[in-house]
Amino acid sequence: MAMQDGPIAAIVEQHPKNVAEAAPVAGARPRSTYWPFVIPAVAVVGSVIVFPWGFTVWMSLHEWTVGGARRFSGLSNYARLASDERFIASVGHTLVYTFLAVVLPLIFGTLAALIFNARVPFRGVLRGLFVMPMMATPVAIALVWTMMFHPQLGVLNYLLSLIGIPPQSWVFNPATVIPSLVLVETWQWTPLVMLIVLGGLAAIPTEPYESAAIDGANAFQRFRYITLPMVAPFLMVAVIIRTIDALKSFDIIYAITQGGPGTASETINLYLYSVAFAYYDVGYGSAIAVVFFVLVIALSLLMLHLRQRTKWIDVQGGA
Amino acid sequence: MNVRRTLDTLGMLFVALVLASPAVLFFIWMLSLSLKFEVDNAAYPPILIPERFAWKNYTGVFESNRFGLFFLNSVIVTGAATGLALLIGVPAGYGIARMRATKAAVVVLIARMTPGLSYLIPLFLLFQWLGLMGTLLPQVIAHLVITVPIVIWIMIGYFETTPLELEEAAVIDGANRWHVFRHVALPIAKPGITVAFILAVIFSWNNFVFGVVLAGRETRTLPVAVYNMLSFEQLSWGPLAAAALIVTFPVLVLTIIAQRQIIAGLTAGAVKGG
Repeated sequence: MAMQDGPIAAIVEQHPKNVAEAAPVAGARPRSTYWPFVIPAVAVVGSVIVFPWGFTVWMSLHEWTVGGARRFSGLSNYARLASDERFIASVGHTLVYTFLAVVLPLIFGTLAALIFNARVPFRGVLRGLFVMPMMATPVAIALVWTMMFHPQLGVLNYLLSLIGIPPQSWVFNPATVIPSLVLVETWQWTPLVMLIVLGGLAAIPTEPYESAAIDGANAFQRFRYITLPMVAPFLMVAVIIRTIDALKSFDIIYAITQGGPGTASETINLYLYSVAFAYYDVGYGSAIAVVFFVLVIALSLLMLHLRQRTKWIDVQGGA
Repeated sequence: MNVRRTLDTLGMLFVALVLASPAVLFFIWMLSLSLKFEVDNAAYPPILIPERFAWKNYTGVFESNRFGLFFLNSVIVTGAATGLALLIGVPAGYGIARMRATKAAVVVLIARMTPGLSYLIPLFLLFQWLGLMGTLLPQVIAHLVITVPIVIWIMIGYFETTPLELEEAAVIDGANRWHVFRHVALPIAKPGITVAFILAVIFSWNNFVFGVVLAGRETRTLPVAVYNMLSFEQLSWGPLAAAALIVTFPVLVLTIIAQRQIIAGLTAGAVKGG
């Protein structure tokens, strides 16, 4: 479920310099006078977002099924997770899925950004078409991909046959199901990476290229020594956003395979869904939710840390 | 040299076309599937443009009396969740931006990182306990989890860039802070509000997971309804593709009309340097 990409991009990109520059202006008026504007949002965020977090942690400490009795059980749900093979397998699926669903959109998205940054005829129209998958309703998209993956009647196997590749069983084979789902995810989310990198490219000043041209650098050298270091911070933002979204991916997997065949494409999110809303074991489901939440936050923080270590090149000052 | 440049341009155009083709071909194929009779959809090799168009796939979807209900559900849930989010989130974005409360922003950031499903267990139990299941209210409230953070974030970013001088001038003229917000800050922020509105509508409309858990037979939104068609009509691809296209059509139209705003909103912050 890839949503609201502005938020993270905004905080990730929060340039220390901006904050420092802007701070003195705040003195114009006592800050507390703005509280009334924020209170309704605090109430809503508190009850719809913060309260569920706390309640989930509390539930995870209980043996609790919907309609059944509730019993405090300490950390036993967490102990159960450690020996739950289906859960451990789902962690593996999630990591493989996430890795592929970050790397592939990153490669294609960067390539697309380089192309769309250049003077291409019909650039606006082509870019508009390129962005469409990102905004389309994931479930609707997933249904059509399901038809395209069909081993006998699907158009993908037909296209493969045109170039002499034998038919594949795509999402119907445990060995190929995750790469096939990643194909859909890549198709849908490459445009977001493209947009972010395009923003980075737009901010690169022209002087380095001019001096490189005088020094006789070839296209690859210009990319390697000017473009790549300059857009590195933007690539990092793209990696962070993609990682979070890929970890949370639900709609596409649920609509196409429901975690199958068997449990071959069952990620943590899908397993969580089954435990909580198919078996109604909300205590155990909450424990999965907590562990999942910790995993997402830990990976995000790790990457924010890496992000801060990639040397920031001051594109703002340069442009 | 000129020939070389023309060839370069043509080469770039070709690569750009190749890059855009998976998106374009996908939607063309979706349209093709939705306009074919079952015989044509089951043909091998596949047929792109059939001899007879199966318009009945579309009329069938619209004529089903349930479709109107699900469409209305989607409109109510998305409309209410977006409206409430703007009502709450625009002033909050203003307040946070003026207070420079970047710490508050972290809460919204973590909300962004949290998997939607992990909100659902407690909310589901709560709604059941309150006896709200079977109404649209649970979905409206759950969708706030998506729409409120989008609106707050975009508005923080927007109000941070609007000039303070006008507001200060209004204060000197004796306006209270509500009047400053209402008559000075809000009119300037209109483009930002538009971006927030569009993105909130799209992500709420597309949302599936909240509906899967919270919707009953009468309270399904379109994404859930179209998914349920899959289980019942596994083999009738035409009507299914038609339904899928109808569900995503409003969003695609909005994407094309408001492309500039959407791109600005999605990359807000990430491209501040440009």
